[in-house]
Amino acid sequence: MSGLLPGLVLWPLACASLLVIWPKATKMLALFAVLGTAMISILVFNLPHGRWALGGWAAPLGIGWRLDDLSQLMILLTGVVGLLISLYAWFDDSLPRPFWLLWLGAWAAMNALYLAADVFNIYVTLELLGLSAVALVAISLKVGALQAAMRYLLVSLLGSMLFLLGVALLYGQFGVLDMLLLANAMTSNFSMMFALVVMSVGLMAKTAVFPLHSWLPLAHGRAPAAVSAILSALVIKASFYLLIRLWLEVFAPIPTEVLVQSLWVLGSLALLWGAWQALASANLKPMVAWSTVAQVGYLVIGLGLVAHPNTPDGWLWGLLWLMLAHALAKSAMFLAAGNLQQAAGHDRLVELGEVSRRQPKTLFAFGLAGVSLAGLPVSAGFLAKWWLLELGLWHQAWWLVLVLVLGSLLTVGYVFRVLNIALNTEFKSNVEPEALILIHPVREWVSLGLALLGLVAGLHASWLWGA
Amino acid sequence: MIDNSLWPLMILASSLIPALLIFFIAEDNKFLRSAVNIGGALIKLMLVVLLVLGIYSGEVYQISWQLMPGLAFSLRIDGLAVMFLLLSAFLWLLTTIYAIGYLENSPNRARFFGFFTLCVSATAGVAMAGNLFTFVIFYELLTLATWPLVVHRGTEKAIAAGRVYLRYTLIGGGALLLGTVLLHAFAGSPDFMPGGYLADLSLPSWVLWSVFILLIAGLGVKAALVPFHSWLPQAMVAPAPVSALLHAVAVVKAGAFGIVRVMFEVYGIEYADAQGMAYVLLILAALTIVYGSVRALYQTDIKKRLAFSTVSQVSYVALGIALAGPMGAIGGLLHIAHQGLMKITLFMTAGNYAETLGIHKIDELNGVGRRMPWNSFAFTLAALGMIGLPPMVGFLSKWYLGIGAWEVGAYWVMAVLFLSSLLNAGYFLPLIYRAWFLPTPTHWPNERRLSRHCETHWMLLLPPLVTALTVVVLGLVAGFALTTLGWVQWLVEQEFVG
Repeated sequence: MSGLLPGLVLWPLACASLLVIWPKATKMLALFAVLGTAMISILVFNLPHGRWALGGWAAPLGIGWRLDDLSQLMILLTGVVGLLISLYAWFDDSLPRPFWLLWLGAWAAMNALYLAADVFNIYVTLELLGLSAVALVAISLKVGALQAAMRYLLVSLLGSMLFLLGVALLYGQFGVLDMLLLANAMTSNFSMMFALVVMSVGLMAKTAVFPLHSWLPLAHGRAPAAVSAILSALVIKASFYLLIRLWLEVFAPIPTEVLVQSLWVLGSLALLWGAWQALASANLKPMVAWSTVAQVGYLVIGLGLVAHPNTPDGWLWGLLWLMLAHALAKSAMFLAAGNLQQAAGHDRLVELGEVSRRQPKTLFAFGLAGVSLAGLPVSAGFLAKWWLLELGLWHQAWWLVLVLVLGSLLTVGYVFRVLNIALNTEFKSNVEPEALILIHPVREWVSLGLALLGLVAGLHASWLWGA
Repeated sequence: MIDNSLWPLMILASSLIPALLIFFIAEDNKFLRSAVNIGGALIKLMLVVLLVLGIYSGEVYQISWQLMPGLAFSLRIDGLAVMFLLLSAFLWLLTTIYAIGYLENSPNRARFFGFFTLCVSATAGVAMAGNLFTFVIFYELLTLATWPLVVHRGTEKAIAAGRVYLRYTLIGGGALLLGTVLLHAFAGSPDFMPGGYLADLSLPSWVLWSVFILLIAGLGVKAALVPFHSWLPQAMVAPAPVSALLHAVAVVKAGAFGIVRVMFEVYGIEYADAQGMAYVLLILAALTIVYGSVRALYQTDIKKRLAFSTVSQVSYVALGIALAGPMGAIGGLLHIAHQGLMKITLFMTAGNYAETLGIHKIDELNGVGRRMPWNSFAFTLAALGMIGLPPMVGFLSKWYLGIGAWEVGAYWVMAVLFLSSLLNAGYFLPLIYRAWFLPTPTHWPNERRLSRHCETHWMLLLPPLVTALTVVVLGLVAGFALTTLGWVQWLVEQEFVG
């Protein structure tokens, strides 16, 4: 069964290469690629854990792979959400053809990143992922998109460079690159703390952690809907996954109380600032993008809470749950926003009433996703926010608990702003109903499906922590 | 026979599945939607009646599963739950019929009835929640499901009212959630237990108090305790069936019901009394009763007056509980059901005046008794019940509350009750007087012919007549075991003796 693993990377790459040779068959090949990759991702969830050396070369030289709970979950998450976003993209005729090539490249890079067992391979996959993501942002070739992509490219490269610097420091200290060997050898000293900080700053720039977030609203806001969903739901999760690996595994003895609390502070600022900007946003897609900035704040706070030296084992599952809840809700929300935008031809919030009443399923999906993001029941987000509150109280960090609740209320604020506009029958937009473009019904169903998945998942979290 | 653990799920499903179906029924397919709606309500009522008999013969219905480490989603049906379930299932059937008549030919009915039915599920969940955590889930779900109903009309005014509603209930929900998490951190999340579970834990006093304040503030928003009440009169812009629902069964009752659960089955009423919490609640409730009644006196709009009357009347529940004696508890619990029956009658009949004759203001009611005798008859019965006249059920609640206050020596509460009854009479009697004894005006504000045979559409008239009848009949047969009084006495015996 472990022979499946290379398929996670090679199958999408192989299909992507065929795409280049035979562009006329793009959609057909994309279908094969997506179905195959998603199927393998799901099958891999049940594989036994283990380590493999690709091509028979042993650890110090060759490419080492390993599979554990964390990587399995990330692969599954990427597989399921990726499958649904692909379905949406398949029915979106406005996407240019290279989308599939780049998306398959990004998917392969993410899978390789989750499987990689050593920090240098991670650097390589991180670069591949960054480049495909930047190209995805630029895909519409509009001026605004190109500007956003350029900024994203610079931030992404800077982040990778900082990560590589950390890799060099690690190699200089221990002479190995394998994450497990590094974790075993790790001792607490100044240069290691420096390495952790440098690598974290690099990864945080890629994850758009406050105050390194300013590229994200542009990049995610100006890209096509499917791309925004991929970036917000999946791509930033990859760099965040690495933060988890570093803080909780490789550098486990390093995080001190001060370091951890700085994460809480950064996360809180992101939460409040992002939600505030979302509330102030006059357009739908930038609003959803700013909401990502805020939600990343929750992730960072969660990481800080788990990494706290006093936190006992067994709390990690909630952080994973938070990632899962966010991925489902945010992809649903971006796809819903895309439906509204394409049907109306614009995304000015106050004029979206007419179009959203004509797409009740999309509106419903938006609302459900918002409920999950705000952490209201019944949703995956509710359990995640409960987990955060509980751990916050456990540390007696009262201010943090207040920030968490406040953040939820602000989230409700911007979600219901959209719903208010949709249900307000007195406001007449100047767009004639006949001018609205028809959206393929599958796209409405996909956004609703993702939102519902976030709701159903909220009923049963035990498979995650029971594992 | 069906496994007992499946019953709670069936109760939930009997409205959840219709709700989901209704969302996808085409807008103009009225017949199918009504059939699903009424069918679901009938099935639910039947299930609940079977449950009443089961509970009475000592069956246990519960199911729970772990959602998180140390945190279980738990549904359990006990005597208290089944009372609330029966009330909601019964009134739901009637309100559904009423709503179908009321919303005939108006837009967005699929959305309306979908959320309307979703509310029943949430209310059933509130009733059946086996621990505080599960309660919070359904409590918030109720907020989310009622919001689209409040803003249903889509006017600027409705949207503004919805915004206020959300602001209050979600901040309240946040407080409730915080209190629950805090309690979970110190005491875990055990199931609700008769007599409470906090007495044996000897938690530090600041925890007990901060949890109490958070929980009561959170629950008080929905129960419209002063100073958390002002969303309720604003929510009046909603269609009449929604007001009936908000005021009689779902939202305010969920808050009151939560207060009952917290005082009886988390803190334990004796412990809460010994710690001084019951007294705080008592003062809060007494304040709300007087304040709501006084404000009601000054309203010129019928629905507004009814709304402030709700603010006042719902607090009888909290008052009865906070008296911390068996008789007061009987009075408070009785009022959960009784206020529901009376208030829903009042709102439906008020809605009928508005729909049939365009009457919204109190001074437009002159002589309406001759034009709509049946409707006015139902209205009068319910209003007299609210004042506390026998043999209407309102008398029973007030009687037991009065004895309860006497029993624990809280004489000032008796004065509050007396004052409140005077005020009730002061704001209800003029309406009755106008309706029956003043001459009919030459024309009504906005008359519509809704039926050839009756004074109004039969679907609008039948439900309030049935509830008005219940208001009288339950008062007359109060001595029997399976009435509200018998049931509540049985509940309180378990609580105070068991």
